[in-house]
Amino acid sequence: MDSRPEIARAAAEAAARQSYGKLVAWLAARTRDVAAAEDALADAFAAALERWPRTGVPEKPEAWLLAVARRRRVDAVRRRLTSEAGRDHLKLIAEEAEARMTDEDLPDERLRLMFACAHPAIEPGVRAPLILQTILGFDAATIASAFLLSPATMGQRLVRAKGRIRETGIPFRVPERTELGERLDAVLEAIYAAFAEGWSDPAGTETRRRNLATEGIWLGRLVASLLPDEPEALGLLSLMLFAEARRAARRDPAGDYVPLAEQDHALWDHALADEAEALLGRAAAMGAIGRYQLEAAVQSAHVARRLSGRTDWMAIRELYDALFSIAASPVVAINRAVAIAETEGAVAGLAALYVLGDDRRLDGYQPYWAARAGLLARLGQQSQAVEAYDRAIGLERDPAVRRFLQARRTALIQ
Amino acid sequence: MRYMLLINNDEAALANTPVEKAQQMSAAYGAYTEALKKSGAWLAGERLRPTQATTSVRIADGKTNVIDGPYADTKEQLAGFYMIEAADIDTAIDWAARCPAASTGTVELRPIWEMADYMPKK
Repeated sequence: MDSRPEIARAAAEAAARQSYGKLVAWLAARTRDVAAAEDALADAFAAALERWPRTGVPEKPEAWLLAVARRRRVDAVRRRLTSEAGRDHLKLIAEEAEARMTDEDLPDERLRLMFACAHPAIEPGVRAPLILQTILGFDAATIASAFLLSPATMGQRLVRAKGRIRETGIPFRVPERTELGERLDAVLEAIYAAFAEGWSDPAGTETRRRNLATEGIWLGRLVASLLPDEPEALGLLSLMLFAEARRAARRDPAGDYVPLAEQDHALWDHALADEAEALLGRAAAMGAIGRYQLEAAVQSAHVARRLSGRTDWMAIRELYDALFSIAASPVVAINRAVAIAETEGAVAGLAALYVLGDDRRLDGYQPYWAARAGLLARLGQQSQAVEAYDRAIGLERDPAVRRFLQARRTALIQ
Repeated sequence: MRYMLLINNDEAALANTPVEKAQQMSAAYGAYTEALKKSGAWLAGERLRPTQATTSVRIADGKTNVIDGPYADTKEQLAGFYMIEAADIDTAIDWAARCPAASTGTVELRPIWEMADYMPKK
């Protein structure tokens, strides 16, 4: 079948989101009123999403959106008085933005908007949703389904967060050098959260969640292009691209889970992996190591199997040691234990896991129990391994992974 | 923007502070206030007498109830305030972090609800 109409539609939608985000950012940066900026452009954005796939993207997309916004607003005013703020914004647009756009492009202030959305005064859990809504124009219902929340709850959180940006006086600016690191972490974390939500649907059955991985990469590209000298911004993009490159190999044709070590590397997207590799190289040359670069390096070591035919567990172990020293978390500790098991044997790996035993957070953490079960099985501790598999199976929400764990458990008792 | 810095401290713990440390703390507040004034951020600021001097008033059924003590029993108590002028929350957070109370208790930051915020613009 011909997929060109689909590609044209996707391109038009991407252009509409791009122009919309730039206008929202430009307006909000001047008034701190994100909701009013969105309000002013809502109708025009909906019209663009509907029309551009058919007519093609206009030559000056932002000017098109503004013109439609103004015309629609005139209609709306005739019917009823719409929000004062929305009208004020349109006056602003008419007088400033359009004048500016006649001879140059609208300045890109999306990065400033992202820093406002990921400000420390904004609750961490709402930062990624807020960026997806303001920069990409996703509605609350779409974002809610991706983050497994009710649309009403998500809607309330978004409204509250926008209110906080305005009322508490959160600035729209890229932080200065001295504080950039910490603030950039929050932006990168929000982008990674969006990507991870999409990534957690490996079968790609839920279109909205799969889109979220694509949007995460899109935002990652945006930040990396706006801050090309920030190694961690490049590191995050590299990490996401490495993961995305392996998407098709994560399930076999029957839809069953395939662990990384057993994936058929012919199914990996080599162009994406090459791009990720090049980004990581650029980041590393800047000489400031960080969490995302290290995680991307782990991915790189795994993906290197496509060339060498074997996985360099020694290198992976060293990367996890480094990651553990700068960003210790149960997730990192578990992956480090797995790498220790591969390099020093299952006993050493299990010992590294047992050290974590006191952390109550692990009680409900599937990867801990799955790793533990695998190592116990290798040591022939059958009953303990079965017990750990049961915990892991009970904690898994992905049916394919659940089937995989069940098969391992069955193999153990036969 | 105008911000209120509400200083909350554990009153009982502070009451047991040795004299020497209390003097040090007092000097730190003096220096902090001076820095606020020199930079033009200071609008107002006072220390409050302890909660044992608090009186709470509320009217119910047309009767004025006067209560000896604070409205709410909390671990930390309101001990004083500063009102400052700051460009945005980042600048206000910087000032709050420099306040000696940030190391002994909590500094709560609240933007002032300006008249202009609820008068619709024509």
